[in-house]
Amino acid sequence: MTTLIIIYGLTGVAFTASLIHSRQKTKRVLKVALMSFGKTGASLLTVLGIVGLTLGILTPEKISALVGADAGFLATVGAAVAGAVTLIPSLVAFPLAGSLLRAGASVMTVSAFITTLVMVGFATFPLEMKVLGRTFAILRNALGFLSALVIAALMGVIL
Amino acid sequence: MKQLLKQYRIPLLLVLIFLALSVFAPEVAVRSSRKVGEYFMEMILIIPPVFILMGIMDVWLPKDKVQKWMGRGSGMSGTLLALVLGTLPTGPLYVAFPMAAALLKKGASVHNMVIFLGSWAALKIPQLLVETKFLGLAFTLARFALTLLMLLVTGYIMQGILGKEGEKHWLPDETDEMVDPMKKMRMEKKTL
Repeated sequence: MTTLIIIYGLTGVAFTASLIHSRQKTKRVLKVALMSFGKTGASLLTVLGIVGLTLGILTPEKISALVGADAGFLATVGAAVAGAVTLIPSLVAFPLAGSLLRAGASVMTVSAFITTLVMVGFATFPLEMKVLGRTFAILRNALGFLSALVIAALMGVIL
Repeated sequence: MKQLLKQYRIPLLLVLIFLALSVFAPEVAVRSSRKVGEYFMEMILIIPPVFILMGIMDVWLPKDKVQKWMGRGSGMSGTLLALVLGTLPTGPLYVAFPMAAALLKKGASVHNMVIFLGSWAALKIPQLLVETKFLGLAFTLARFALTLLMLLVTGYIMQGILGKEGEKHWLPDETDEMVDPMKKMRMEKKTL
């Protein structure tokens, strides 16, 4: 809700300022917005479909079972993959991660899950590729996944 | 028509998967449809202002300024600006993609945009508060520091791969044809 207020407030102020300064340029603002929206429409629908499918198949209970109370390298990689393919809001993800930790999962496993969850977006990949280009999107997600494993390993050492 | 079909082939494929699921695994299909509904509501509320904001950035942000603030020569302060912009409470990551694309087109460096997207995704202030509550302060601080470190490394790697010639040919042309050629020329002169 706060997110919406911030985004609409910011857009409203900026748009009004644009209108006051130049109607011509504001027309171009709307044209650019519509064109970009038209070009990304298909990717947005793809994102919706993938999000629905992954969340329909991977419920929080299934993620818990998958990540489980196991420690070790394999569990960590599994958690990283689970985090990469799901797109769940942090309000759901952090309590889930907390309960996993209490159930006996290692810090390493939970860090891997949280980090790929926020940094690697399998579901949003089609959109990212469309907007920022294939090379950028592949590099960012691949390096994000590797980073998550490094972060997880170091977290395991520190904590 | 043919092009439209090609553009929408993946969404169509997903519809087929949904249909198949509703026959073979109705339970999953129902759960998935409900999630699609939820995220559809979120997207339909968030997407329109985001694209308008992207349009405003495209039309109004002066190229030379963006280059100065967040370009390759902006150094530490450019990175810090990208980090701060990313951590502000502003919604899901897919909102940030068009913003980053608009900034890249205006001359922001790849390194700084990696930081911007990464901090938007992983280092958001409201998110950190929730994380502290459920995973503890030590966990949150350690993850914050390590994530920032890895983002800097990722930024350098990606800058090295993508930013070599300073040309952004890998960036899709979404709005380039919309830029008035006269203005473009003036802008290019300014940056020279």
